[in-house]
Amino acid sequence: LFSFLPESSNLAGVRHILLVLSGKGGVGKSTISTELALSLRHSGKKVGILDVDLCGPSIPRMFRVQDNDVHQCDSGWVPVFVDQDKSISLMSIGFLLEKPDDAVVWRGPKKNALIKQFVADVAWGDLDFLIVDTPPGTSDEHISTVEALRPYKPLGAILVTTPQAVSVGDVRRELTFCKKTGLRVLGIVENMSGFVCPHCSECTNIFSKGGGEELAKHAGVPFLGCVPLDPQLSQSLEEGRDFIQEFPKSSAFPALARIAQQILDGTSQRSS
Amino acid sequence: AEAAALRERLRAVRHTVLVLSGKGGVGKSTFSALLAHGLAADQAKQVALLDIDICGPSIPKMMGLEGEQVHQSGSGWSPVYVEENLGVMSVGFLLSSPDDAVIWRGPKKNGLIKQFIRDVDWGEIDYLIVDTPPGTSDEHLSIVQYLGAAHIDGAVIITTPQEVSLQDVRKEINFCHKVKLPVIGVVENMSGFICPKCKNESQIFPPTTGGAEKMCQNLNVSLLGKVPLDPQIGKSCDKGQSFLSEAPESPATLSYRNIIQRIQEYCDQHHFQEEKII
Repeated sequence: LFSFLPESSNLAGVRHILLVLSGKGGVGKSTISTELALSLRHSGKKVGILDVDLCGPSIPRMFRVQDNDVHQCDSGWVPVFVDQDKSISLMSIGFLLEKPDDAVVWRGPKKNALIKQFVADVAWGDLDFLIVDTPPGTSDEHISTVEALRPYKPLGAILVTTPQAVSVGDVRRELTFCKKTGLRVLGIVENMSGFVCPHCSECTNIFSKGGGEELAKHAGVPFLGCVPLDPQLSQSLEEGRDFIQEFPKSSAFPALARIAQQILDGTSQRSS
Repeated sequence: AEAAALRERLRAVRHTVLVLSGKGGVGKSTFSALLAHGLAADQAKQVALLDIDICGPSIPKMMGLEGEQVHQSGSGWSPVYVEENLGVMSVGFLLSSPDDAVIWRGPKKNGLIKQFIRDVDWGEIDYLIVDTPPGTSDEHLSIVQYLGAAHIDGAVIITTPQEVSLQDVRKEINFCHKVKLPVIGVVENMSGFICPKCKNESQIFPPTTGGAEKMCQNLNVSLLGKVPLDPQIGKSCDKGQSFLSEAPESPATLSYRNIIQRIQEYCDQHHFQEEKII
């Protein structure tokens, strides 16, 4: 089935591949993918993000490169670099659309074909981490991505949830998906976990609290932490700014930094 | 023959409303559930809620129907009834455990959606509400195709205020135009939060590009209303209770009720116009 050797492929220079998944939509997968990439960059790592959400590609805007085009080279597509340092590179269908409001109204087989291309034909070069941001669910995109990545032995998956039962309910199914496809679960992140009013510091659990931590315990997987609702984080993502650099005093910063640290600790353990 | 079977089932449906969003997690299922409760408050109306989110079926939990199973009869699958006049169907009722994952590619999902239309014995219904997953893919193409035999009044599109949602929602509106699905209007959910202690408002999901209001102006669609964040909404969903009944005084309830009324008026007007043409 595989007519090329993994060693000579476009992913040969990528040290660690990790997926960001959730059964549930709108819990912060792209946000966590973005912040993890920024944190890892600040630890001196070279990071790529592969955005396989074909209907709702959020990643380009989160780095303020939504108007960029993708170019071809001999080995395939050149990923879009977010800065001069070339420390973060991206690939997303967002870069391939003629107009940003164009809907990608494709059935499964066409989506699968593009995902195979995204996995095989992007000339990432040398990366410490390739983060794969996914759409919600357990369908074509997820099956195809995991199948295409299998020869490259991904590190595993981070699962993102919000605290309430309706989200956790979907993430439980995603855990089953990971089990069935042999994808290691690196841990669960409970996002949007509490809101501290900037005026009076009262904490309100707008989307409830604790569901992610409970799920991690119940499923026997690591709990990577709670990230609170933070209007500064939302604003930063809207404007494509470097939240990790510009808002170290913000309420979401410590939790996001801790998640990145746990990933780094995990990889250093693996190599030793 | 297949098309005839679908047409037959759909003959007894007076109004059909799709609840869509390009973006996940903006409150489609929450809104679908509340729309269903709101419409079913009139005992004289028969309401059906169809959940076609095959991978992440939230409706059973939100309607307090977790653990219920679907029964077969001579006339087809029976929906699960919350009230006498409010029936629900979801893949959730076909799964035996909350951990069961539906790991299906497009064609298999389409097959189940067709069965939901063809094989469920809804009886005569005034309103069929269809809750969808986020995106513009198999489920969305299929439901528009299979419901083509009936007539779809239109789509209600849900968003939150920030650009990261709006950029996906514009695509959804674009999808509606492509498949000639009328857009009833847009609902802006999670539109501001009032601190219960100090009563100051925070924009947790800031409308950096003008929110749904600006988008609706630009795309010439109606803004049906804005609904603020209220911690009680999530709690009610988790408990499977209607937020409208649990928190009747909440500003969010008032918003939801106004929006539901506007949707009802749109459907009634539509029907009246159709009759005029005939």
